[in-house]
Amino acid sequence: MNARPNEPERYYNYAYLDEQTKRMIRRSILKALAIPGYQVPFGSREMPVPYGWGTGGIQLTAAIIGPDDVYKCIDQGADDTTNAVSIRRFFAQVADVAVTEDTGEATIIQTRHRIPEQPLKAGQVLVFQVPQPEPLRGLEARETETRAMHAYEEYGLQYVSLYESVATYGRIASTVGYPTMVDERYLMSPSPIPKFDNPKMGDNEAILLFGAGREKRIYAVPPHTTVRSLDFEDYPFETQTWDENCALCGAQDSYLDEVVLDDTGARMFVCSDSHFCADRRAAGHVGPMADHQLAALETEPT
Amino acid sequence: MNAIPQAIEAAPLLRVDGLTKWYGHVAGCRDVSFELRRGEVLGVVGESGSGKTTLLNCISGRLPPSSGTVEFDTSRFGLTDIYGLNEPDRRRMQREEWGFVHQNPRDGLRMRVSGGANVAEPLMNLGNRHYGKMRSATVEWLQRVELDTRRIDDKPRNFSGGMQQRIQVARNLIHGPRLVFMDEPTGGLDVSVQARLLDLLRELVRDLGLAVIIVTHDMAVARLMADRLIVMKDGFVVETGLTDQVLDDPQHAYSQLLVSSVLQI
Repeated sequence: MNARPNEPERYYNYAYLDEQTKRMIRRSILKALAIPGYQVPFGSREMPVPYGWGTGGIQLTAAIIGPDDVYKCIDQGADDTTNAVSIRRFFAQVADVAVTEDTGEATIIQTRHRIPEQPLKAGQVLVFQVPQPEPLRGLEARETETRAMHAYEEYGLQYVSLYESVATYGRIASTVGYPTMVDERYLMSPSPIPKFDNPKMGDNEAILLFGAGREKRIYAVPPHTTVRSLDFEDYPFETQTWDENCALCGAQDSYLDEVVLDDTGARMFVCSDSHFCADRRAAGHVGPMADHQLAALETEPT
Repeated sequence: MNAIPQAIEAAPLLRVDGLTKWYGHVAGCRDVSFELRRGEVLGVVGESGSGKTTLLNCISGRLPPSSGTVEFDTSRFGLTDIYGLNEPDRRRMQREEWGFVHQNPRDGLRMRVSGGANVAEPLMNLGNRHYGKMRSATVEWLQRVELDTRRIDDKPRNFSGGMQQRIQVARNLIHGPRLVFMDEPTGGLDVSVQARLLDLLRELVRDLGLAVIIVTHDMAVARLMADRLIVMKDGFVVETGLTDQVLDDPQHAYSQLLVSSVLQI
């Protein structure tokens, strides 16, 4: 990279946040990595987007990003959704980094709702935007009580929600934010990712960072940590499956979104991970509706 | 019962010694001492504001006393001061060995989850992870408290007050506690429902050999349930003794007033 004449100014308050804030967030990240799954409180700042649009993830990214990073941002698995595009532009502007849609090329991937299909590798950081970091909150409203439960490893209560689900639906029906045990110690809510992605968190080579801006919590799963999805002995954990393959690329093992095509009931299933799908099509994989107009939309001109 | 040696039989399950609780300069309860043995039902009676609930909260580990000790015969540490245990151990003991039936079922139940899940929760807290087994235990307990097992998945708010109280009783007995605290368990119920619930409680307590501390201002409840009575006034224990003895031949002026105030029909 060529040194620019304004190099010193460029690094002052680099990446939107001031240096002291980034320092504070980095300290919280280190603590979170040292205690996998533990929710570290941090002084969340006002960000130029509303709570719920990824303030936690943006602050994490701002604290760890450097000019040599390659940044990718996905929302619901797709690179081309409004939120993902604007957050990506934000960092291209304030951090002066290269951006990409290529999962393998990115060093920092900010995500909400999905873990990319392509396995992550050492050196990559996956940043999650988390709305509610406390998995027990739906059952226990008192923060003092949930903190005690985490401290003393009293996680029986979480099974009440699974019990309710089996009693009502005959199976564990929750599909997103499926509770997990990290390193057999801390109960963790894996942000609103589908349970399809839960197995990808265990023994991952990349660093997984979770940031909740409104709730002011950071937690993390360091590389090669066990992450177990909770279940009953007689109702084991299962991920979602589909009868269809991806209509565009024919993938059989990816997470599929259902797209309604018209008001007579026609629909198609496509990979939610847009980069994964585009890559497969470029490699010559063809699904049953490969020439559909959606296929053209997904290859965004860069 | 014959198998239990006399010495163990005689050892107290709970020993309260010199228990005092001050709220600022107002006394909640003062210098209360008693012992409770296995399978014994102790009634605490007295007027409103006499310190019954303060006493119950202190001995159930929910409100640290200003002075005095509460010792419980824990299965892991033997007879121990419960406020001397560290917090995780105390919480574990409360979870494993005690039950607490609140006056208002809304305080003792999780209103957002079904009745069945409420009853099964103590099992999950103890580490049970087999849905089928917990389900059948729940059904069995709903039968024991005479609830319609078809309504197992209804939310507590869809049950009547008396049924909610039964759910609460089942929830507090399913894990096989050794000591159950009851704070006016029939307080908010109409008289006929009260009578049925009392009958049920009495049967369960006898069958399970539970030790119970029951707080009530209702002499009839005390008469039906309790083996022994503690009469409280202004935070002090003014009289103790066997239930029939206290109620039939009250010695203290306040106990006499209390007994004579019961409405006759």
